[in-house]
Amino acid sequence: METLHFELAAPSPAAGSRMTALVGVVASGNLEVLLEREGPPDRCVIEINTAAHGFRPLWEAVMHDFISRRTAGGLRISINDGGARPDTVSLRLAQGLRLIEEPQA
Amino acid sequence: MTLDEILTSLFGEAHAVALDGDSLSGRATLPDGGVVHVLGFAHRAELGVDQAIELAGHVLDIARADDGAPILFLIDSSSQRMSRRDELMGLNEYLAHLAKALLFAQQTGHRTVGLLYGGSAAGAFIATALACDVLVALPEAHPEVMDLPSMARVTKLPLEVLQQKAQTTPVFAPGLENLVLAGAIAEVWDPARPLLDQFVAVLAQPITDDPRGALGKARGGRTRALDIAETVVALATAHG
Amino acid sequence: MNTRSPAPHTRLSWFEAGARQRLASLLDPGSFVEFIGPERRQTSPHLQVFDLPVQFDDGVVVGAAKINGAPVLVAAQEGRFMGGAFGEVHGAKLLGLLRAARTLGRDTVIAFDTGGVRLQEANAGELAISEIIRALVEARTAGLRIVGLIGGRAGCYGGGGLIAGCCSTLVVSEQGRISVSGPEVIETNKGVEEFDSRDRALVWRTMGGKHRYLLGGADLFVDDDAAAFRSGAIIALRRATGFDGKRLDAEQTRLERRLARFGADGDGRDVWRSLGLADADVVPELSTEAFLRQADACRETADDAR
Repeated sequence: METLHFELAAPSPAAGSRMTALVGVVASGNLEVLLEREGPPDRCVIEINTAAHGFRPLWEAVMHDFISRRTAGGLRISINDGGARPDTVSLRLAQGLRLIEEPQA
Repeated sequence: MTLDEILTSLFGEAHAVALDGDSLSGRATLPDGGVVHVLGFAHRAELGVDQAIELAGHVLDIARADDGAPILFLIDSSSQRMSRRDELMGLNEYLAHLAKALLFAQQTGHRTVGLLYGGSAAGAFIATALACDVLVALPEAHPEVMDLPSMARVTKLPLEVLQQKAQTTPVFAPGLENLVLAGAIAEVWDPARPLLDQFVAVLAQPITDDPRGALGKARGGRTRALDIAETVVALATAHG
Repeated sequence: MNTRSPAPHTRLSWFEAGARQRLASLLDPGSFVEFIGPERRQTSPHLQVFDLPVQFDDGVVVGAAKINGAPVLVAAQEGRFMGGAFGEVHGAKLLGLLRAARTLGRDTVIAFDTGGVRLQEANAGELAISEIIRALVEARTAGLRIVGLIGGRAGCYGGGGLIAGCCSTLVVSEQGRISVSGPEVIETNKGVEEFDSRDRALVWRTMGGKHRYLLGGADLFVDDDAAAFRSGAIIALRRATGFDGKRLDAEQTRLERRLARFGADGDGRDVWRSLGLADADVVPELSTEAFLRQADACRETADDAR
């Protein structure tokens, strides 16, 4: 397994007050994304566990794209990857962010 | 040890245990006069619906009796019988019923001691050996969840890869030693000593709550299971 | 944990749903408290050896909740992770839940979705299943109801099938399958004549929800709809319960009778004909309502005999 770590500057903190959110499932072609409100409001920390080695540049591109489009500051994002394609990763990140922005259930 | 050698080492002449096909049943007498019910399998029996319901019937008959006589369950089986008919008939219910019967027998005062002397696998293992309140084994026993070639087919991993991983990963690999480490098997008997003495010693041990999680942790075969289970209980209790 | 609740009055396929979606539909809104949730990161220590990814909840969600106001303990297996199979952590979470059930005197609902033991952790999974069975029986002996819901993609196979056979009531949909050996395993071991695993209709006639309901291998039959499973669970939580000699003797009798009555039948259709169904061939096509009308008139039951 490969573990990738990113710490990115995020211009604005994620909205809402939920402390955690979980989307996805670790199945073939899929991934789970756990979002937790943690750390400085202008940083986004991302950790990815994946069995597919050597795709760091691709993950990096997806993460930068995510940060640039969304307000994801103050979040710790943890990913268990089941071999998802980049568009699936982007989708789950967006879903996760929307979920953590929802009002408390 | 052959089945006859096992029975002789346990009971000498003081038993009337018979083999009917690959099913065992009968009674034996301990030196103090106490009766022991003997049930089980031989010849790597496959456990199907017919055998399971017959065995369960014997167990329930024993459970109904108010004599507190223990059941010695001798096991040399393969897995559950793999057939269309058995599944059509609902094999899961028959195996569950057998396990429930054994647990019920223990509830009504009959110790259930499993003695693994050959093989046992998968559903047969769960419904019989693992349903006893204590499970012991002879050194030549070879329990397994599934044989490596079948595992290779199901996991789609090459057999050589599995064989290599089996060397280093006790939680996955078949074999007696690994199941001892996991906590499934309380003790391995010494065939050089009379089995009767070892059996009597087991019967003398007090019945406890399921000790297998603690055993697995102490022996290193399952280092997480006990703590996780206890944490869930604690959280549930705190929640109320 | 927090997944988006389905829009009201929208049908949610139980078969298609994930574990957390099922719980969101099954449980009273806002009532669920998860034990050892994903943020605790109690993952499998054994998958790395096989270069397999972990899931934060190890494929099972357990906790406390209410169903129609009644406090219950609940579990839902995630069939899409490792086939919902029992590993060390997964099994221990379920075991703890059932032990907690007895401690608290709490009925428990388990949404099964499992292929059985996780082979990469075979010994731990097998042992967990045995420990779960023991704890389940102890809970039932204390008078508690342990309700199984079966309708997921992975079915309820292997050791999961044995645990299901120990539950007090089973709720099943057409999509559900209950079996010990899976179709592929039977075929691999005994040949394609014994069981053609690619013959989906055969799989469902042999192990599927409708057959199990007719045979008395399940107690309630519902639509593939989370709302229907919720209704089924509510009914199941009101059914008589217990674990004693009388019940086991009744089960012995019904299982003996089943073999006497159907043991020579070669196929599900033969069993259904033996039961007296008007047109056995049409059973798979019947809607839930039509099926229940016919089934309830002639099916075998396991009432007070499970």
